[in-house]
Order: sequence, then structure tokens, then C-alpha cells
Amino acid sequence: MSLDLKNVSVRWANSSTLFGPLCVCVERGEVATVMGPSGVGKSTLLDAIAGHLASTFQLEGHITLNGIDLRSLPPEARRIGLMFQDGGLFPHLSVGDNLAFGLTRTVVGRARRHAAVEVALKQAGLDGFYLRDPASLSGGQRARAALMRTLLAEPAALLLDEPFSKLDLALRGEMRSFAFEHIRRHNIPALLVTHDPEDAKEAGDQKLVLA
Amino acid sequence: MRISLMSALAAIVLSNPILFNPVLADSWQDTLEAAKGQTVYWNAWGGDPQTNAFIAWVGQQTFERYGVALRQVKLTDTAEAVTRVLSEKAAGQDDEGSVDLIWINGPNFLTMKEQGLLFGPFVDGLPNAQYLDLSPASPNSVDFTVPVAGMESPWRLAKFVFNYDSARIDTPPLSMTALLEWATINPGRFTHPAPSNFMGATFLKQALIDLTLDTAVLQEPVTEDSFVAATRPLWKWYDALRPTLWRGGETFPENQSVQQQLLNDGEIDIAMSFDPASTAVAIAQGLLPETARVFVPEGGTIGNVSFVAIPYNAASREGAQVVANFLLAPDTQAHMQNIEVLGAFSVLAAAKLKADARATFATLQTAPGLPSLADLGPTLLEPHASWMTRLTQEWARRYTR
Amino acid sequence: MKPTGTGLRSVVLAALLLGIISPIAAGLIQTGRAAFGLMPVVGAHGSGLEVWRSLCALPGFWTSVRLTLWIGFAATFLSLTLATCFCATAHARMTGRSAARWLAPLLAAPHTAVAIGLAFVLAPSGWIARLLAPLVGWVRPPDLALINDPWGIALILGLMIKEIPFLLLVMLAALSQIPVQQHMAAARGLGYRRSVVWVKIIAPQVWPLIRLPVLVVLAYSLSTVEMGIILGPSNPPVFSVFVMRLFMAPDLAMILPASAGALMLAFLMGVASATLFVAERLVRYTGLWWIRAGGRSSTVKPLLRIASRCVVALFVIGALAMVSLVFWSLAWRWPWPSMLPETWSFQPWRNAAGVLGSALGNTLLIAGASVFVSLALAILWLEGEDRKGRGRAGWGEVLIYLPLLLPQIAFLYGLNMLFLRLGISGGIGAVIWAQVLFVFPYVMIVLSDPWRALDPRLIRAAASLGAGPLRQLLTVKIPLLLSPILIAAAIGTAVSVAQYLPTLFMGAGRISTLTTEAVTLSSGADRRITGVYASLQAILSFAAYAVAFMVPAFVFRNRAALKGAGQ
Repeated sequence: MSLDLKNVSVRWANSSTLFGPLCVCVERGEVATVMGPSGVGKSTLLDAIAGHLASTFQLEGHITLNGIDLRSLPPEARRIGLMFQDGGLFPHLSVGDNLAFGLTRTVVGRARRHAAVEVALKQAGLDGFYLRDPASLSGGQRARAALMRTLLAEPAALLLDEPFSKLDLALRGEMRSFAFEHIRRHNIPALLVTHDPEDAKEAGDQKLVLA
Repeated sequence: MRISLMSALAAIVLSNPILFNPVLADSWQDTLEAAKGQTVYWNAWGGDPQTNAFIAWVGQQTFERYGVALRQVKLTDTAEAVTRVLSEKAAGQDDEGSVDLIWINGPNFLTMKEQGLLFGPFVDGLPNAQYLDLSPASPNSVDFTVPVAGMESPWRLAKFVFNYDSARIDTPPLSMTALLEWATINPGRFTHPAPSNFMGATFLKQALIDLTLDTAVLQEPVTEDSFVAATRPLWKWYDALRPTLWRGGETFPENQSVQQQLLNDGEIDIAMSFDPASTAVAIAQGLLPETARVFVPEGGTIGNVSFVAIPYNAASREGAQVVANFLLAPDTQAHMQNIEVLGAFSVLAAAKLKADARATFATLQTAPGLPSLADLGPTLLEPHASWMTRLTQEWARRYTR
Repeated sequence: MKPTGTGLRSVVLAALLLGIISPIAAGLIQTGRAAFGLMPVVGAHGSGLEVWRSLCALPGFWTSVRLTLWIGFAATFLSLTLATCFCATAHARMTGRSAARWLAPLLAAPHTAVAIGLAFVLAPSGWIARLLAPLVGWVRPPDLALINDPWGIALILGLMIKEIPFLLLVMLAALSQIPVQQHMAAARGLGYRRSVVWVKIIAPQVWPLIRLPVLVVLAYSLSTVEMGIILGPSNPPVFSVFVMRLFMAPDLAMILPASAGALMLAFLMGVASATLFVAERLVRYTGLWWIRAGGRSSTVKPLLRIASRCVVALFVIGALAMVSLVFWSLAWRWPWPSMLPETWSFQPWRNAAGVLGSALGNTLLIAGASVFVSLALAILWLEGEDRKGRGRAGWGEVLIYLPLLLPQIAFLYGLNMLFLRLGISGGIGAVIWAQVLFVFPYVMIVLSDPWRALDPRLIRAAASLGAGPLRQLLTVKIPLLLSPILIAAAIGTAVSVAQYLPTLFMGAGRISTLTTEAVTLSSGADRRITGVYASLQAILSFAAYAVAFMVPAFVFRNRAALKGAGQ
């Protein structure tokens, strides 16, 4: 089962095309990278897939996930996780509560939910960080926590919008490996938007260039 | 030309009553001199546009004639001015006070007099006071049984009257008991202002005088025993009346103007006023329907006089006296009684007026909503001021949630 | 640059301490003295708690206090809830600019005018009743307590009509500081529906930013005198009106329990604030539990829809109230059950034209002076902050909000005594000073965020081009911030025009403004002249807003980046 884009193109309302018809099929466990110059519409592509396309744009083509046409579903029903540049942790919740917020509903009961969050924190190397303020975390820790939050929701696909670009070079490699490992472990298709050719090389799978 | 000027001057001198009394003339002349160029701040209730317009007219006249400028300070309640003078006294400001003249009577006057906040006596020094009936028993000399002693000067007459819409009521109830019967048949169509307001308290007083067995005791200061005995029939009557009142007696209009508005809106059928001519004026102003009329209970109603007083620390003392004097001039009083201007009844004694002044009064127009002095019935004496305070307190104790 | 910064801040601080804090403190002390029986001029020489005992024994005291607390909390809670729900449904469609534009008329309408208009619209003999009369078959107005009702519902409605636009404005400003889009996208990606995201993610982040304005709203709901007189119950009235009546009683000894009552009102405000903080903690506790449970379903959506409809209905009623004032000012007779005046006439305006000259002049002069002083102080303060390079200290925030959080009546009477001693009572200067106390906070609230949001790189660029701090301020900052400054001025004007108690107390009644006239006339029999004054009040405020929108549009007609830049 996969994330399928067939002849997907995005236009400014009734005028020029932002990017031309795309066809790509991302299999489970695969990380496809999307590259291109600034302003070409990489983030807009992610918006279109996640369901947040601004009204100034028009989407054409088909997007299916595991066989279901996504265009008929609201964003919260699409089960597509997002990862942003600066993590996107909610500042008013502690690190642990952020993860608890993302934890899927199928885990029931206070104790079990708490345990699940602790496991995820340990996996991210953030053991004992449950009550910490997200603002007190370093860039790398924030990125890891955000990824764990997204994965705890058990998404069917993952979209990453330049998630490592704010980290310094040394950290980037570590974070990249961490992310890809978890994506492969969860066996979900992922689409990664990036400027960095290193990301594409690490991912090793399909590479799209928007022009 | 000089001769005719001389004769004109002579005519003025001879016809001016002040100058017949050289002593009076001198001090009044001094007062006029000192008053020129002063600005008098008259603190008066500002809720009635007609009265405000009349006061503005008075200001124009005093400026043209005597060089005294008049500014009205519009109050929602006379007590505002009393508190102001008191604050100034507390701060040690014994002259250059901000209040020069106050429209006042009753309990407010009593307070100011007792606290030593008034200037005077000054009424005897006013030339136009000769037209007043200042005998000890007249309403001009006694304010709620408190002797005026020249500390305040009268300016308009007040008599408690009811008004009603004759299109909706054929025969209005002519006594308090009849009122209760009428209200029982027509619930929710009668009310009175909250007794914390002057008008509401007066309604209670009127009812008390109507219903009590021994009215003489009301002239004395109130005591617990006399109060309990005198008010027993009143509370019995009021307890029966209350459920039939507008809004079930839970809420009351702020003052008689708001109540007049209710009458105009058709929410109630009977209102009350202290000014017998207010109904006619309101009809002329479009504030009441054409069918509004005045009625008074058969036994007569309370009447009193509205006064002006001068605080002890007034900055423009002389100007204030000039204004008070001007208010008493026959021409001014006639102008005031004209229902196209204000319609307030004059305080001057007809017997003391000259022939031409009397004629001016006679030519004032009548209107359907305007009762004649005869229609107003007998004037009942006001009880002692302490009765009003005690009544208000007791009403609040009994009927506030 | 640093020494100038400190100097500037010290000057501003001194001005504020002298001009704002000391009057309030002095006023409170005076009131306190009277409350404990120390008022020699009426012969009271300190009787300790006797005054308080007599206050509590007055008929209707406890009912009045309960009523005030009920009205204060209900109005604030409902306004907050409805504003939040409205924001949640309409936020996507409202940008800061357009919101400020259509909220402006509602914000500008003075409280008194809204109350007077509402009293007519809601009355049993009023507009809505006249609309329904043919359908329901009323021949005479029904005997229903729709205004001045014993539970204060009409007063709560009136308060909500004024408070919801204010809260919306503050919320929108707060929302512009939160990456709403990003949070929304992230949370929806986790499977949460939009309305739940609002409640669990956005609202908790907005709350700390609007806490103080909500306290201001609570303070006003508890202590309003004008609206309490016009719309509130009368037997007994709300506590602030109760205290006013005591101040105005003919028996001068009542000033003592009146002062005690004024202090009590301040105490009630303290109790209410404490309750708010406790409630905040409780909500946070239960909220965290709810978030940890991870529920994504929402039964919230239909509630949001209903709440938004309620808000729109309230705005419509508010608009009707304002329109009714204009109609009354042009009417000769308008009896039941006509929907429109029976006879139209310009007579009320003609009658008023002679007398309103001085009231109008005073209002304009006072508004102009107080707004000018407040703006100058605000700009100096903000500039001082910039130069120092530090943010605002917590105490600074409290200092700004303090005059809005205390009930006016608690310190105005005492303040007047102080002014009397200084010999400045009764003058227009005293009134302007008293009004600056209340205009300055609003100007600061409105101006702070846009000022801080100004791109610092522009200032640095100016400095690198050789402009000193003063030139930076005059030639770069102020022109760029022209729109927010004018909007702050407009709000300041609206606040100044609407002030009642300060003008009444400090002016010794000699300074008549449109509002003092309107309140006095509202207790009269002539709705037409009240309509004239209230309409004029509203027109002045609207005019200030119109200027605030039109001037930048004109001045920056060739500058696309600045045209209409709002909050």
C-alpha cells in the first residue's frame, strides 16, 4: 500500500501552473525526496497532500493513500503526519504532554497511555523529559520529540518539510538516520522536501525535482 | 433732549420701588455694582429640557440687564450640589466655592441649614420680595415645616398632581382607596417612582396624609410610637396595592420623568408630577398624547414651593442674589407661567401685584391639559421633614429584596 | 544610546507615578479614611467598624452584592465564551485589517448610547415588542420586566454587546502572535478536528495574552454606574449604583457608608480576580487530563455554530440600538405600536443646537487633550523600552492596567477632595488629568504590539545611515506606525468621549460633556433630546475611527506595503 500521486499539478487560481503534472508512487518504508529551487512550490505540494492548500491555488490530479482518494477527506481524517522545520511542538504543553496529544486513541487508559509516551521518549533519547518545557530543549531534541509525536499517532504516511535544515551539520546526520530508521520501522511511505542533496543520498529512494 | 432725558430718568426713578426706600436702595445698588461681570453657577436639576431652556433665557436677560452671566450646572439629583459644597467645606475652601445658587427644598435644605452651609438671610434684601406673601404661615416661609428664615428665595410653585390618559380611563380614581380598587381591576397599569427619589417619597407622604387618622401629629417631628400608629393604615393599603403595581411592584421608575415616558409609551395609565402645568407643556412638546389630563384626589394634595439658596462659600454671591431677585420679577414669573415656555405656576401673591402685572397673568393662554388654580383643589400642609426620611427608610426595609 | 534610554524611562516613570499612581493612591486613602469613620466635616471622628456595620445593615445590601457578582461573572464569562467561539469559526476569514475595520463601529459606540438605545429596543413598549405585537396580538405593551429586570439580564446583554467586540479585538491581536496555521496543520495531521484544536491548542496559548483585558472587562462589568442606572434593576440596584445613591443621599452622614461601599466594591473586584485565577488553575488541571486522554471527537462544532449565531444576533441588536437613537432624535411623536416615528421632525436637533455648543466643545477639547497627552506618554514609554533594549517588566504591565482594574468610584471621590485641597478642582485641567488616567491604558494596549512588531532591521538601517535616536523616532518609526497610532488615538477618543464619573466628579459638575448630558437626560422624559446627545457621542467616536482609516490610506496612497496596515 502506498502514497500515489497521479498527474498532480497545482495552479494559481485560473492562471499559470505552479508545478506541472507529477506522477510518483511512494511505497511503504520508502522515503522519496522532493527538491527544487526556492519558490517552486515544494511546500505547496505538501500542503496539497495534507489538505491545507490555500484558496488561491487549485489542485488537479489524483492523490490516493492505500487506495483511498484523499481529496474527499478533511485533513484530520487523512492520517498523514507532518514534520516542520522548527519542530512544531506546542509551547503550552510539556514535552510528554505533546507526545500524549499525538498518541493515537486506540491506546486506552491513563496508565497505558503514559507508558506508551515514556517508551517513545526513551526511543528518542529523551528519557525523563516528560515534564520539561519544550522551549528548554535543543534543536535536535525538539526535532526528535516532534518526530515521535507524529509517529505516535500511527499515521499512514509522513510528510517532512525541510525538517533538518535548522540543525547544524553534525546533528543533521544523526537526526536523518534517526528519522529514516523510524520511518522504515513503521513501514509507511514518506515524502521529504529538502534543499540538502545529502538527504537525498541518505534516503536513497526516489528523487523528484520540481522545476 | 436733555429735558426729556431728565424726565425719563425721573420716571424711572419714581416708578422704581427700590429707590423709594433709600436704605434698601443703597445696599441693593451696592449688590448690583458688585454683581456686574460675575458668573453665577446655578446648580439645578437638568432632566427637563423646558426648565433648562427657561434657565438659559433667564441667563440671557440677567446678562443684558445686569451684566451677570448665568451658567446652569445640570444635576441628576440636588444632593450632588450639597455634597460638593460639603466637600469644599471639608477641604477648607470657605470662599470661591464652585456652587453659587442651588435649586433646593425639603430635606436638602434642612441638611444645608443645619450644617451651616448656607449664606443668608438674604431674601429681605431682594427688592422683588415685596410681591411675595412672606407671612409666617405661608408656604414661602416654611419649607417642610422648617422655617425658611430668609435663607432661600422662592421661585416656582409645586403641587402634587396626578395625570392620566383620558383616552384609556373615563373617570380617574379620586382617593387612595379608590386608586386601590381601580388598580385591582387594572393590574400593572399604575406605579410610582422609587421612594429614594423625591417624587416617590412625596407619593408615600400623600398617601399617608390621605389614609392616616390623625393628621396633626404629622406636623410634629416623628417618634417611633407616632410613626407606628400613623402608618398602620398606610402599610395595610400598600400591601394590598403592591401586587397590582406595574411589574408586580418589583421594580420602579427612577423618577417622575421616566414615569411620564412610561405613560407616553402606553405601559401605564396614571403618572404623577409636582408641576400642575407639566402635562400641558408635555402635550405641546409632543411628549404626551393629546388626551392626557390632570386630576387631583378630592381631599387635596401636598403643595410646596421650590426655592433657590446660596451656599456660604459662593464665589458670586451678589450675582446669585441678582438672579434670585430677577426670578421674582412679575414679568419673569408671567413668562415662566406661559405654557409655551415652562408652564410653572407663579409664587407671587396676586394681592400684592400691581394692576398691569395682574393683567399679564390673566392673558396667559389656557390649554385642555392645563388645570386652573381652582381645579387644583385645597393645598395640604407638608409633614415635618423627619417623617419623609422615616417613611423612606421604612419602605426600603419592608419592600427591598 | 543607553544613558538616553535610562533617562527617558525615568522621566516617563516619574510622570506616570506622579500623574497616575499617586492620584489613585491618594483617592483610595481618602475613601479609606471616610470608610473608617474619619470625616470631621460631618462630625465623624473615627468610629472604626461602626460604619461597616451600618453599611451591611442597609436594606438591599446583600442582594445588591449578590446581584453585582452574578452580573459581573455572567457577563464576562458569556462574552469570553462567545468571543472565543466566534473567533474559532470566523478566524480563517478575518485578517487583522478587515477585522479592525468592521469591529470599529461596535467598539466606538459609547456605553451610554448603547444602553439608552438598548433600553428602547428591548422594552415591552420598544421596537422588538412592536415588531411582535401584530403577530402575538398585544393591544397594550405587555407587563413583562424586560429591562430593569430583577436578574439583570438586560444589563448583561448590554455589557456583552460592548465587551464581545473588545475581546475579539484583543484575541485577534493575540492570535497574530501565535503560528495558528502551523499549529492547526500539525494538530490536524495528528487526527484532531478543527474545533478541538481551537479548544486544546490555540485557546490555551491565547489565554495568557488576554488575561489582563479579561480582568478589565470583569472590572467594568462589576463597577459600571451608567449602564447600571439605565438597564439594571432598581430595587435594589447593582452595587455600584447602590453606592452612588448613598453618595447622593440628602443625609450627608451617608457619605461614610458610601465610602465603605466604594472600598467594598474594590474588594469585590479583588475577590473576582482571585476567583478567576483559581478557575484558571482548575481549567488547566482538567484540561491537561483531557489532553492526555487524547480524544479527537468533537461535540463542540454545533455549539460553536450556535455561539457564532448568537454573536451575530447581539451585534444586530447593538446596531438596532444605535439606529433607534438616530430615529428618536429625528422624531416628534413615536407612540406604541408604530414601527417608525409617527411624525418626523428636526425639532429636537434645533432645540439642542442652542445648548449643546458648550457640551460639544468641552467634549472635543477634553478628548483632544487627553488623547494627545496619552499618546505622547505612550510613545515616550515605548521608545524608552526600545532604547533600553529590554522588554516590559511585569510591574510595568500592572501599572498600565491599574486604573482600569479598580472601580472608578472607589477613588474618584477621594481624588476630588485632593484636587480641592490643591485648588484645581472644577477646572478643565483636572478633568483632562482624570481622563488621562483611563485613556492612557487603552492607548498603550493598542499601540504596544504594533510598535514591538516593527522590523528592527529598519531602525538599524536608519542608524547605519547616520540618523540619531530622535531622528529615527521622528522620521522612521512614527511615519511607519502612523496607522496604529491613529487607531490608538481613535480608541482613546472613544474612551474619553464615553467617560462619565471622572467628568462629573472632577469638573464639580461645571464641565458638561455629551455623556454627562446624555446620562442626566436619560433620567428625563424626552427620549428625543437624549437621542440627539447620544447620536452625537457616537458620531464623534465614529469620526475618529474614520480618520484613523482614511488618513493612512491617503498619505500612503502610493505605498502598497503601508496602505491600510492595521494591527
